[in-house]
Amino acid sequence: MSLLELNNLSVKFGPFQAVDNISYQVEEGEVLGIVGESGSGKSVSSLSIMGLIDYPGKVSAERLSFNGQDLQAMPEKQRRKLTGSDIAMIFQDPMTSLNPCFTVGYQIIEALKTHQGGSKKELKIRAIELLTQVGIPAPESRLDNYPHQLSGGMSQRVMIAIAIACNPRLLIADEPTTALDVTIQAQIIDLLIELQRKQKMGLVLITHDLALVAEVADRVIVMYAGQIVESGPAAEVFSTPKHPYTQALLASLPESAAGKSRLDALPGVVPGQYDRPLGCLLSPRCPYATEQCRQVEPDNQGDLHRQVKCHTPLDTEGRPAA
Amino acid sequence: MSSNHLILDAQELKQHYHVKQGVFKPDAVVKAVDGISFQLEKGKTLAIVGESGCGKSTLGRMLTMIETPTSGRLEHMGQDLLSLSKSAQATLRQKIQIIFQNPYGSLNPRKKIGSILEEPLVINSQLSKAERKAKALSIMAKVGLKTEHYDRYPHMFSGGQRQRIAIARGLMLDPSIIVADEPVSALDVSVQAQVLNLMMDLQTELGLSYVFISHDLSVVEHIADNVMVMYLGKVVEQGSREDLFNNPKHPYTLALLSSTPQLSPDKRRQRIKLQGELPSPLNPPSGCAFHGRCQYANERCHQEVPVLREDQTGHLIACHAVEEQRIELSQAV
Repeated sequence: MSLLELNNLSVKFGPFQAVDNISYQVEEGEVLGIVGESGSGKSVSSLSIMGLIDYPGKVSAERLSFNGQDLQAMPEKQRRKLTGSDIAMIFQDPMTSLNPCFTVGYQIIEALKTHQGGSKKELKIRAIELLTQVGIPAPESRLDNYPHQLSGGMSQRVMIAIAIACNPRLLIADEPTTALDVTIQAQIIDLLIELQRKQKMGLVLITHDLALVAEVADRVIVMYAGQIVESGPAAEVFSTPKHPYTQALLASLPESAAGKSRLDALPGVVPGQYDRPLGCLLSPRCPYATEQCRQVEPDNQGDLHRQVKCHTPLDTEGRPAA
Repeated sequence: MSSNHLILDAQELKQHYHVKQGVFKPDAVVKAVDGISFQLEKGKTLAIVGESGCGKSTLGRMLTMIETPTSGRLEHMGQDLLSLSKSAQATLRQKIQIIFQNPYGSLNPRKKIGSILEEPLVINSQLSKAERKAKALSIMAKVGLKTEHYDRYPHMFSGGQRQRIAIARGLMLDPSIIVADEPVSALDVSVQAQVLNLMMDLQTELGLSYVFISHDLSVVEHIADNVMVMYLGKVVEQGSREDLFNNPKHPYTLALLSSTPQLSPDKRRQRIKLQGELPSPLNPPSGCAFHGRCQYANERCHQEVPVLREDQTGHLIACHAVEEQRIELSQAV
């Protein structure tokens, strides 16, 4: 049984389909990377797992289960108990995710009190423990600090401390390092992976940084305009991409072009609400698009191990199959 | 380096800010940029790399004369920009233009693209309305915008297209130098590639020189000719792109390079873990500003500020450890 199982999850905001029938699983102790450009639905899909999509957003799924329990069928109160304790999330911008009006200690203890309870003294000891665990020096004195007294990296450490406060089994990190400098990013990612290994958590790492995912993820999902276009083991997907979009994304990275040559940029932009094409969503931008691609939406091909949503998936040479 | 190709020459540029700390305390001095020298050749790209707070944007603002340096010399084709009269400065200023990081914030939402582009001409030239429009349309064509975009508002464009508009605005006065302050940081990778291609094409076509400010080393490795690495207002390492990326020497550069995630497994370097964070510029460490996070630091690094020294290949490094050969480079790279 997988830790998290999604089957045909869709999220709609009015007529706009932000997430379009996506399915994936996360196993215990696994790092799953979700990559895609802005507007590809990576954040919205994870917010829907947390139950954080408000009206007018509508979440529907054939199956949305955590640890075998159906999240859609259970009463709201029971689901609320799971989120924040067994499933936790870290957001992109630590500076705005912490409440500026309360001390760091208060905010960590709040999470502990809601889900576990305990005496004031016990909670404080546990909060200090957590801050030590995420590598904050002099944790006792930091408890009384307000968020504005912390740097970006420190705030993100506090966010991680809050997220792991109740020993979650699944941690969703939504662009956890995008707002941070590279040397700090390296520290935070190392910390996340270390915690993930120690506690055997499932970790969903959402990012637009392909290289970061290539370094740490076991499996990777590539999203485009609300759909999963390719999934599979990270090393395989990045070395031999099967979907033209994955190939184009990798080619557009500066590091894949030698010297000062031109980059292979994918023309155009991600389709929005009003310019969603018929057939394959990539077809207007895809160099290999055929008449079939423009008319008929492709199905997922391949097994659970490696899937690709394309009529003519690329072979190991990077050329479309005939 | 022949001097007639030299387009911008900066000597010991400094920008110190005074920060009030209350009635009874003396003002603190933040040395945002503390003695930076470099030379930019025509048609070349100088990249300035560093983490937030290292002074790279302040440097960009000084080069475009948005801010006047506290001290130092800044010469454009042999003319000292800082000692000129106000009106002469205004004319020269047209030659150095800036592109900002966030194309959502840098375009006035109430103005049409046409008037955003023509504004520099209204202020700085005597062109007629028709001439201005012709000029705007020709520049728009250059950056890949269509004629019908002339009458649209910024909100009707995507991030990548807005950045094209910002680049077009920078080009309106036929500058020779463009200071690009994190021009692609707010963009997605596929759009980032489009904008980088555009910038490189314009450089070849118009012979522009770029000062490219960025924190993204893979972008810098792609576009730069020369690279300058800054830490807390000072240059720690400076050299050609090949030198800096193939043969980095300063411990901070090494750490930056090793912290950047790499796609291909064989390009990954051994991770050098940096302890702690960038110190506050209000209260910088004594001696070498980097000593608190450096694994090679010794007593001398705590006491003495290292100066930028040139090695045989013209590669500049400010580090006691490199000078004393305390770092085994074969192990670090």
